[in-house]
Amino acid sequence: MEAPAKLLQWLDDRTGYRRLLRLALYESIPGGARWRYVWGSTLTFAIGVQFITGFVLWAAYSPNAAGAWESVYYIQTQMWGGWVLRGIHHYTAQVTIVLLALHLLQVVVDGAYRAPREVNFWFGLGLLFVVLGLSLTGYLLPWDQKGYWATKVATSIAAISPVIGPALQQALVGGAEYGHHTLTRFFALHAGLLPAVLVGLIVAHIYLFRRHGVTVKEPFRGPDGKFWPDQVLRDAIACLAVMAVVMGLVFWRSGAHLGAPADPTEPYAAARPEWYFMFLFQWLKYFPSGMEVLGAIIVPTVVVGLVAAMPILGQWKRGEHASRALAFGVVAAIGLLTWQAYAQDGADPDFRLAREQAEAAAHRATVLAESPDGIPAAGALALLRTDPLTQGPRIFAENCASCHTFQGHDGLGTPPTEDPSASDLHRFASREWLEGLLDPDRIATLEYFGGTEHRRGRMARYVQRGIALFDEESQLQLASVVKALSAEAELPYQSDQDDADAAEIVEGRRLIQTEAMRCTECHEFQGIVEERRGPSLTGYGSRAWMLRMVTDPTHPELYGDNNDRMPSFGPEGILTQEQMGLVIDWLREDWYRPDSP
Amino acid sequence: MSESDTEPARRGFLAGALALIVGAGAVAAPLLSGLAVLLDPLRRRRDDTPLIQVTNLGVLPADGVPRKFTVRTDRTDAWNTYRDSPVGAVYIRRTPESVVAHNVVCPHAGCFVGLAPDGNGFRCPCHKSSFDLDGSVNDPASPAPRGMDSLDVEVRNGDEVWVRFQNFRPGQAEKTPV
Repeated sequence: MEAPAKLLQWLDDRTGYRRLLRLALYESIPGGARWRYVWGSTLTFAIGVQFITGFVLWAAYSPNAAGAWESVYYIQTQMWGGWVLRGIHHYTAQVTIVLLALHLLQVVVDGAYRAPREVNFWFGLGLLFVVLGLSLTGYLLPWDQKGYWATKVATSIAAISPVIGPALQQALVGGAEYGHHTLTRFFALHAGLLPAVLVGLIVAHIYLFRRHGVTVKEPFRGPDGKFWPDQVLRDAIACLAVMAVVMGLVFWRSGAHLGAPADPTEPYAAARPEWYFMFLFQWLKYFPSGMEVLGAIIVPTVVVGLVAAMPILGQWKRGEHASRALAFGVVAAIGLLTWQAYAQDGADPDFRLAREQAEAAAHRATVLAESPDGIPAAGALALLRTDPLTQGPRIFAENCASCHTFQGHDGLGTPPTEDPSASDLHRFASREWLEGLLDPDRIATLEYFGGTEHRRGRMARYVQRGIALFDEESQLQLASVVKALSAEAELPYQSDQDDADAAEIVEGRRLIQTEAMRCTECHEFQGIVEERRGPSLTGYGSRAWMLRMVTDPTHPELYGDNNDRMPSFGPEGILTQEQMGLVIDWLREDWYRPDSP
Repeated sequence: MSESDTEPARRGFLAGALALIVGAGAVAAPLLSGLAVLLDPLRRRRDDTPLIQVTNLGVLPADGVPRKFTVRTDRTDAWNTYRDSPVGAVYIRRTPESVVAHNVVCPHAGCFVGLAPDGNGFRCPCHKSSFDLDGSVNDPASPAPRGMDSLDVEVRNGDEVWVRFQNFRPGQAEKTPV
C-alpha cells in the first residue's frame, strides 16, 4: 500500500471516519435529487456565513456605550473590506429570515411535520426563534440611533409581559437605563449564548432529519439517488444563488447602514424596527391602552402555540388543512401589516422629514469622525453635540423659529404655520442678504422687516424713499457699501470675494461714513455716529457681534430701546453661551468641512 | 421479592442520588455566582432622585406652549461617571396657575414623543399615541396605557425651575419609577 493510503487506513482504524463520511454523503434520496430539497442546505450555509463574518466582526468590535458605534464606524469606513464584510453579515441575516420562512412554509404545505417528524418540527421552530433573537440583539450592537430606539421599543414590550416582565427587562437591559451593560449583555447573547443554542439545535435538527430521511415529494421523477454528488451540486448552486443575492444587496445598498450615534436626549422620529418586524410594529398600533398585552403578548403567543401544535393537529386531514390555512393566513396578515406600515410611513411627511434628518445626522457623524481631530475618548456623541451644523438647526428651530425663518423654514425643514414676525436669517449679513435689505421692494417683505415693528421705522422709510431715488452713481456707491458692510461679518464662505474686492471694501468703509449714504446718522460705525437709533455697524454680522445681539439685543450699542420683541437670550437664561455659539456658527456656515467634497 | 434482588437496586438508587448531590455541589459555586452577576442589574435603582435646575421661568412662554429642555446632571453608567452630561429631556409648560413638566419618553413603548405639528398637543412618532398639552391621552385609539409622565417641579428663588427627573416603566397603567 502507498504511504498516504496507509495513513488514511490507520486514521479510519482509530476514528471510523469513513463510515461517517459514507453516512453523510451517500444518504439515499428516494426519487433522486431535486431542487425542492435545497432549502435546508442554504440555511445551513447562510448560518455558516454568519459564523465566519460574525467572528471577524467580533474581532474588531467593542461592546461599550462609548466604543460600539465608534468601532463599527471604524470597521465600516476604515478597515479593508470592512463595509463589504459588515454588509454580508447584515444582508445574510435578512436573507436567512426569508429562507427560514420559506422552509417553514414548505414544511407546512407538504405536511412534513407529521409523524415521525414532530420533534424535528419543534427543533425547527426553536431555530426560527433563535434566529429572530439573533436579529433583535444584533440590531442594537452598532449603538446608532436606529438600533437604539428600535431596541428600546422591543425591550419595553418585554416589560409588559405579565409577572416577570419588569425584572426580565431590567436583567436584559443590564440596569434601569440603557448603557454599557446593555451592550455587554446583548453582545454576550448575540455572539455567545444564542449561537451556541443555534449550533445545538442545528445538530439535533440535521441528526433527526437524517434519521427520518427527506420528506419525499411524490410522484418520483426518477430512480433513487444519493446525496453526493447530485443533491450536493444542486445545494451548492442554490447556496451560490443565495450569496449572489446577498452580494447584490450589499453593493446595491453600499453595505449596511450606520446611523448617527445613539443619543437618549435627541428625538428620533424615524425609529422603526427591521423590515421583518414591521408587521409587529404596525400590529401594536391597533391595540389601544389596556389592550397592549393582548396585542403584544397574547395573540402572538397563541399564533405560535397553534403553529407548534401543527404536528398534533396534522394527524387528522382536517387539522392538516387548518394548519395550511393558518400558515397562509399568517403570511397574508404579515404581508398586509407590513404593507400598511410602509404605506402609512410613505404617506407621512413628518416621517419623511425625520428620515432625511436621520440620514443627514448619520452622514455628518461619519464626516466628523473622519476629521483630523478624530473621535475623542468620550465617544462620537461629543462630536455631534459640539457641531454647529448638527446643533445649529435644532437650536434655531426650538428658540428662534417662533419669529425668524431660515430659507423659509424653521431650520429643520418645517415651514412656519403663521407668517414669520422677524427676518429670514439664511446667510444673514452676506452681500445678497444686505442687497435685499437695502432693496426698496424687499425691505418690507416678510424676509426682512415685514413682520416687525421696523417695517414702518426710519430704516424702512429711508430705503423706500431715500435709496429708491438713488441715481446711478449712488447705486454704485451703495454696492460698495454693501460689500464693505458684509466684509465686517468676516463670513467664512465669502472670504474669497472679500479678499478679491479688498480695495472696493476700503472705499465702501469710507462711504458708510459719508453724509450721502446717511448710515451714521443712526448707526455707529468705527466710533462715528450722530445719534444711536439702530445697531452698531462695526463688526456687523461677525461672530462677536451676533453673540452680543443674541445675548442682549436691548444693549444700547444694538437695538437699545428700539428692540422689537427679540428676547435677551443671555440674561434671561434661555440659551447658554455654548448654544448661542453653535447657532451663530451655523448661521455663519462656520463648521468643519472635509477638504475634498 | 428476594433480599438479593432489592439490595443492588437500593445501592443503585443511593449511588445515583449521591451522584446528583455531589454533582450539584460541584457546580453550585460557579452557577450561583454566575446567577448573581447576571441578576445584579435588578438591584440597581436610584433611590432618591434629587431635583435638578433645568431652566428659568422667564424662558417659558406665558401662553402655555411647552418647551423642550435637555436635563443635565452627573450620570453613572456602570464603570463610567459623566459629570454634567445629558440624561434625558423634558417638556416644561407654564400655565397661569403652575409650571408642569413631562418626561419626553412615551409611556407606551419608550419612543421620544414630539410636539404635534399644530403645537396643540404631543404625538408619538412610533405608534401614534396622541396626548393633550397637559399630558393626558386625548385620542382613545392611542396605544399608550397612561398619559405622559409628569415630573415634580419646584420653583425656587422666584424664577428657578427645578425638576425631579425620573424615568418610568413603560407599557403599564401605573407610573412606576425605574
